Amino acid sequence: MATKQMVRVKVNGRDREAQVEPRLLLVHFIREVLQLTGTHIGCDTSHCGACTVVLNGKTVKSCTMFAVQADGGEILTVEGLMQNGNLHPLQEGFKQEHGLQCGFCTPGMLMSSYVLLHNNPNPSEEEIRRGISGNLCRCTGYQNIVGAVQFASAKIEQGKMAEGVAK
Amino acid sequence: MIPPAFEYMRPNTIPEAIALLQQHGEDAKILSGGQSLIPMMKLRIARPAYLVDINRISGLSYIKEERGFLRIGGLTREAELESSPLVRLKYPILLDTAHVIADPQVRNLATVAGNLAHGDPANDHPATMIALGAQVVATGSAGERIIPIEEFFLSLFSTALQPGEILTEIRVPVPTVKSGGAYFKLERKVGDFATAAVAAQVTLDASGAVQKVGIALTNVGPTPIKAKKAEDFLRGKKLDEANVRQAGQLAGDEAQPSSDLRGPAEYKKGLVKELAKRALSRAAERAGR
Repeated sequence: MATKQMVRVKVNGRDREAQVEPRLLLVHFIREVLQLTGTHIGCDTSHCGACTVVLNGKTVKSCTMFAVQADGGEILTVEGLMQNGNLHPLQEGFKQEHGLQCGFCTPGMLMSSYVLLHNNPNPSEEEIRRGISGNLCRCTGYQNIVGAVQFASAKIEQGKMAEGVAK
Repeated sequence: MIPPAFEYMRPNTIPEAIALLQQHGEDAKILSGGQSLIPMMKLRIARPAYLVDINRISGLSYIKEERGFLRIGGLTREAELESSPLVRLKYPILLDTAHVIADPQVRNLATVAGNLAHGDPANDHPATMIALGAQVVATGSAGERIIPIEEFFLSLFSTALQPGEILTEIRVPVPTVKSGGAYFKLERKVGDFATAAVAAQVTLDASGAVQKVGIALTNVGPTPIKAKKAEDFLRGKKLDEANVRQAGQLAGDEAQPSSDLRGPAEYKKGLVKELAKRALSRAAERAGR
């Protein structure tokens, strides 16, 4: 048995810590230790992106990283997208534009799209497709996911304009 | 899939990391981006007893031109290469290469140095660095040693790095005027290894003839392959259609692919021929033919 290590992270704004075996994957830490099961395990081989979370502002595949590596970091999972009881514009977009069918890839799609829009609020269709190229969806053919991200982009933009008017 | 158990160590400096690597010898592996190592551990192809996580060593993440070289730090991520204005402006071949490695999430963690140090002939930077005539800096207890990239790849998953050494920097000669390069890869889908890929870098003289040329091939042999015959053929010649076609033919002949799920060997040789033509033509355009 390997020496356990302390992992301290901020997850969705909340400080969490646990002693873990070094071989514990970040996705297992999130799902089994923190009981945040919104993050999915799809292929478990670094291909599908269902396990995508945001670590220190960047998307990572949490099945291809050890929990100990995230020590000291800030993690955002799909559970952290909703604010004050309101769906994030991306979540609303996936709902409105039928961006999911079975929903298995959705948490990862949302996290990749979240960082995409954060870095590039008005992406072109090509940029959206490139942004989600590390996430596989077997249901939608991606068309509606692209539509969902475009919906969110427009909605966030509207929100900013409304805020500007209010000021 | 659960990787085998290991002891985890997280040094804060290069000397500390080297001491740990020396102490544990062949039983230790460096954990850098981990995007090749962790999948291999999950498949139990790799079972290191000790992982030395170098990610917290500061000062190893940079992209800068200094004293005649573009210097890429040992911890520089693929995503950093992609977003570097310097790379975009002066080293489009590196941008071509980074763009087609795995996918955005993997590129956020994967390092350029790891792509070389892993010694996988299916990786993309090896061919590009050979075409560019790069050098790597290996740091061990005796200090730094410079390894020309042509001497770096020994065999499948085996490099000139010694246990106890860390690849701390990659040095690419700053291109002179009328230089250009390109990397062309065919992959079955995003994130797949290359069925085949070709890197080409050229420098032209005032008359437009090839002064310097580097051509290298990905995933068509046990190591990345430097297409020496194609290079020799092109030196002193113009990059016109006939010469580019002939160089492509020679590069295809130099490939040593094996038949696998990505296609039969003959197909891959044909692919190298075509990709070499495209890479050379793009390189010539970028050099301002």
